[in-house]
Amino acid sequence: MAEFEPKIVAFVCNWCTYAGADLTGTSRIKYAHNVRMIRLPCTGRIDFMLLLKAFARGADGVIVSGCHPGDCHYTAGNYHARRRWILFRQLLDFLGFDTQRLHFAWVSAAEGAKWAETVNSVVEEVRRLGPFQNYQQLARAGIE
Amino acid sequence: MDQLRKKARELLESGAVKTVIGYGEGSGKAVRAVFIRQPEQTEKLILDERCRQNLAVYLLKPEVKNLGKPAVVARLPVLRSILELAAESQLADEQMVILGISPDGQLLDLAGLKAVADYVSAQSLELPPPEREQLEQIEKKSPAERWNFWQEEFSRCVKCYACRASCPLCYCSRCAVECNQPQWISSASHARGNLEWHLVRAMHLAGRCVNCGDCARACPVGIPLNLLTRKLGEEVFKDFGLRAGTTPELKYALATFLPEDQEDFIR
Repeated sequence: MAEFEPKIVAFVCNWCTYAGADLTGTSRIKYAHNVRMIRLPCTGRIDFMLLLKAFARGADGVIVSGCHPGDCHYTAGNYHARRRWILFRQLLDFLGFDTQRLHFAWVSAAEGAKWAETVNSVVEEVRRLGPFQNYQQLARAGIE
Repeated sequence: MDQLRKKARELLESGAVKTVIGYGEGSGKAVRAVFIRQPEQTEKLILDERCRQNLAVYLLKPEVKNLGKPAVVARLPVLRSILELAAESQLADEQMVILGISPDGQLLDLAGLKAVADYVSAQSLELPPPEREQLEQIEKKSPAERWNFWQEEFSRCVKCYACRASCPLCYCSRCAVECNQPQWISSASHARGNLEWHLVRAMHLAGRCVNCGDCARACPVGIPLNLLTRKLGEEVFKDFGLRAGTTPELKYALATFLPEDQEDFIR
């Protein structure tokens, strides 16, 4: 049987991580192809409902990434996002949701190599965990 | 109780308020909310251990607003809800009279939101030990046990939204769950839809919930969903030092930040 290839969705901000991922490409750094990137204006815009949606649609892991603290194009979007993530992770953990499926990173426009490394390590970690059956069983309830 | 009835009567007789929102006898041994509009009906008001409903929920309902200026019977959780609603610009001082009730059932003289805030900040807002214990019992389970526990609980959910209707802070005229373009929360009451609803409800109340527990009391199938918002309330206090419903100024934990906010999970 073929090895399990995890589906990873990455929600990234337009100004840092998306540009950083561009740099990964222009620097010809190869990284795991499991990631589907979704570009949003700012991490402050990334509603936690988007992350749930990704899992509902069959993602095995989700990455959320944006500008380092202090570097936000809109001054403070990433600081607001950080507070939300802190609480959201704690809530997920309290519900028994596997928080190893959800990763957060700061990747600047100059960190092409860090982006490749982040994606690779998340893909490896999620590959080890296997398909996100807990959630996918729930998700099927909506389709069948 | 006599103090309360007398005060309510005075308010109605003088015309200072048009209606008094309080507790009265319901069917059986139950207590229900009553809306007293005539001075002689103030005898219906009761006040005892059974009177736990958060009456602040009625202050924003259009049909109650239409009755004219209200006075509301308010124990600590109700006072805190009123402060939080004021902080969110949903209530102002001149819109109501607050009949504050101390833990031992005495009528408090709280003239205005400032006085309410002073009273609330003098109270201990720490979680009482039994409430903390309920959280700890879940926290000490393994993640898989926690998942199964909540799946089991949520499996009874019928999406009646009584939790939302009973909550003074769930006042959005168009709730996220009604949004269907895109449909964020599956409206069906299956495993995923139920999980999504409870997650979103808890997150939207994070840093706003005053832990009155009315959502769980309203739940017809007994899901302890107040534990979710209680847990987040404790985390907000631990991480950001803020408690909801302590001041009429807006201090919403998720609308602000500190550059030195601590986390250990971001790469």
